[in-house]
Amino acid sequence: MSKPKPTLETTFCGIPCLNPFWLASAPPTNCGEQIMRAFDAGWGGAVWKTIGAPITNVSSRYSSIDWEGRRMMGFNNIELISDRPTEVNLQEIAEVKRRYPKHVVIASLMVESKRETWHEIVQRAEDAGADGLELNFGCPHGMSERGMGSAVGQVPEYCEQITGWAKEKAQTPVIVKLTPNISDIRIPARAAKRGGADALSAINTINSITGIDLDTLQPSPNVDGKSSHGGYCGPAVKPIALNMVQQLQSDAASALPLSGIGGIGSWRDAAEFLLLGCSTVQVCTAAMHYGFRIVEDMQDGLLGWMAEKGYASIDDFRGLSLPNVREWKQLNLNYQIIARIHEDLCIGCQLCYTACWDGAHQCIHLDRTAAAPDTSRTPAMVEAESAKVISTTPIPKLDANSLGRTNAVTPLERIPRVDEHHCVGCNLCSLVCPVENCITMERVDNGLPFESWEERSAKGLVPPGAHEVMSTNT
Amino acid sequence: MSERIPFHQQVAIQPEVVERFGDLHPPFDRQAAVPEANRCLYCFDAPCTGACPTHIDVPRFIKKIASGNLAGSARTILDANILGASCARACPVEVLCEGACVMHRFNKQPIQIARLQRFAMDSLHESGSPLPFEPGAETGFSVALIGAGPASLACAAELRRRGVRADLYDARPLPGGLNTYGVAEYKLPLVESLREIEMLSQLGVSFHFNTMIDASKLAELERKYDVVFLGIGLGTIHRLGIAGERLAGVTDALDLIAGYKSGERTTVPPRVIVIGAGNTAIDAAIAAVRLGATDVHIVYRRGPEQMSAFTFEYEHARNEGVKFLWHVQPTRIRGGKEVEGLELIKLVSTVDGPLVPQAGSEFSLETDLVVLSIGQGTHTGFLSEAGSEGGKVQLERGRILIDRATGQTSYPKCFAGGDCTNGGREVVDAVADGRRAGIGIAAWLEGQHVQA
Repeated sequence: MSKPKPTLETTFCGIPCLNPFWLASAPPTNCGEQIMRAFDAGWGGAVWKTIGAPITNVSSRYSSIDWEGRRMMGFNNIELISDRPTEVNLQEIAEVKRRYPKHVVIASLMVESKRETWHEIVQRAEDAGADGLELNFGCPHGMSERGMGSAVGQVPEYCEQITGWAKEKAQTPVIVKLTPNISDIRIPARAAKRGGADALSAINTINSITGIDLDTLQPSPNVDGKSSHGGYCGPAVKPIALNMVQQLQSDAASALPLSGIGGIGSWRDAAEFLLLGCSTVQVCTAAMHYGFRIVEDMQDGLLGWMAEKGYASIDDFRGLSLPNVREWKQLNLNYQIIARIHEDLCIGCQLCYTACWDGAHQCIHLDRTAAAPDTSRTPAMVEAESAKVISTTPIPKLDANSLGRTNAVTPLERIPRVDEHHCVGCNLCSLVCPVENCITMERVDNGLPFESWEERSAKGLVPPGAHEVMSTNT
Repeated sequence: MSERIPFHQQVAIQPEVVERFGDLHPPFDRQAAVPEANRCLYCFDAPCTGACPTHIDVPRFIKKIASGNLAGSARTILDANILGASCARACPVEVLCEGACVMHRFNKQPIQIARLQRFAMDSLHESGSPLPFEPGAETGFSVALIGAGPASLACAAELRRRGVRADLYDARPLPGGLNTYGVAEYKLPLVESLREIEMLSQLGVSFHFNTMIDASKLAELERKYDVVFLGIGLGTIHRLGIAGERLAGVTDALDLIAGYKSGERTTVPPRVIVIGAGNTAIDAAIAAVRLGATDVHIVYRRGPEQMSAFTFEYEHARNEGVKFLWHVQPTRIRGGKEVEGLELIKLVSTVDGPLVPQAGSEFSLETDLVVLSIGQGTHTGFLSEAGSEGGKVQLERGRILIDRATGQTSYPKCFAGGDCTNGGREVVDAVADGRRAGIGIAAWLEGQHVQA
């Protein structure tokens, strides 16, 4: 039986999409010329840079966090919504839709909180040919000081009311874009749903100060010696976004078709958002970093994965990971794993050793060449011994035994040993190990049935109000 | 001391030497150093640190480069190895730190530790900052150090940091010994050695140059100082004991290298033969190429598997066009007033091992310069001459026997380190010896003082 050839074609609130990859409302979607080049590169849709009363921007506008030599692990901006006249943006939407009728163009909107103003902009955007409307209730900087953006998203009543105003007029789907700068994202989401929203998009950017220049003592992005909090995005925010996506999709009062946003730069990132229930994904930072061309691998990689897994369409796997995210109290307390170091792969860096001693539970030891297991030797003792060793430069002819030495094999004394009786299965060693599959976490069959904290409490096995101390030495 | 012209400003390097002996390993700039530093895994109890004779905390100084703490990085290096800049350039890292890097077993490319170390040290020098150490509170003790090479310099630095007076005596007009005069210029320029020693001298080390120490002078120093440290290195290169060795056009590798490094020699004739296959022979052969020779041979009585040169040095020489003749033995240097040729005979191995000349295999190579590089002798003979208590120092095949952990010889008041104790190794081995001895001397002096 031949597997069906997978397709990336999907629908979002009834809007047909060539693929789930949209450009988020941001600098890459500033004008029609950019968006048409993006469509040529393979993007399935674009959310127009937010349209509203034209603003004045500052320079500079962006800053970023580098991490160990990699640029832009986190990205920050204090740019406002579109600085172009609404009329120009709408003309260009019409032009793009005329030339690219199959591509999705969503108009992102933000206007002052007046019913008739919202009615007017909704009408104009739809007249221009937008396939849908995204209400920008998320912008955390600048616009929020004027009572728009996240100032709306943070107040459920405003959120519901303005969504309602848009819905009064809209013929196309209304998507509410949520801010993460709130304690529980489900609260504004429920409000949007009550207001009649057809869909959600999340997350917008996170309030941030990316850094302080240690010479000038000024923050970045620097505007004449001063800065202001910006909106944080890029690879660093993906875990935060995934959590919020899961929260929305697991809450019946919030759940709506969702366009996932936050740190997506590859097909892998996209697949994770789709597995947590998103229907499309939106990308900004990665496109700002590397250009529109990145969408080629996003399509290619996702299709390859779908073919490998036997998924014919996005809907075949959308949301499949949602049931696997539970509350802590529902996790199996009797599930037990321990670390196993595969000696043949170990390179002897001993990062697992120092991590376990200083950062975890002191159950990895350097005693393979000791006469007996020695769990008492601390890292400081190991280092002190090494400092006393006298080393000399091996000279080929003089040091006959140096000839047999090779750096291709890890010396046994450098390969750490896991004390399996004390390992709590925390994963830390396997996370710090630089070598793939060198440390695996393996299940121990302890013969115990599934039992969660919830169940244990229900059985009365936990005294009310007591905090259980989980044994680390079983 | 305050009137003294800095060592590295006392020399003028010939422009042709500068031009022909450019860096073998070009320096990193910051844009290259930081990503390389970030590749370092930051191993615990790192093998690179263990392999380094001076136990520089390599991951620590590398992470300081990554964090932008360049002054701290240089201080980490210098704390373990006061000649950190010299060693960054001169060390055979392929068999030391970089050879031990776990990356050989990971993604196969070891961290470029030497270039990172040089980057940190160059940054310190460029910043114009002083040596990041202070002399210790004066103890009143004093030590005479014979020879101002790497072992004595490292020993002196440790002594000064512990408040012990350190007076260095050297036969040459400038300090550093082989670090200054004996390392191939494309690895470590003479000026860089002197610059580093100039910085070290900020600890208040005093130098006595152009001073030969004989038995009577040694006896005098023993009376005058609390301890004598012997960092006298090795003696001259062995002679072959064949006819023609006194002809003009016969020299040895150390003279050739010191000659071009100090500017006394700027050229060599077209045809050069180097006898011997150690690292110094390689340096001399490559120097001959760089100085204009067009036909350079290395001749060696054994095969490539027995040469004492490191494999990477051998490859380097081959890449520079040096030709190797294995299993040949010189029998006579031919010439009138000057060298004209070298007569050789092929050697074959016998069943029980030794190489013997093969009858009828004699041949001759025309040459203009013969460079001997068949190992250095010792010059510890003066120690046993009458009048010196140092004569009590126990020797073995000309080498001074020491307690490896402290550098102390069989005569307690006498410590030693470097080539005169290990038979001739690397700068870094001498620094390690000197450092252990400096710590050992200070501890011994303190112990003596407590007892007294």
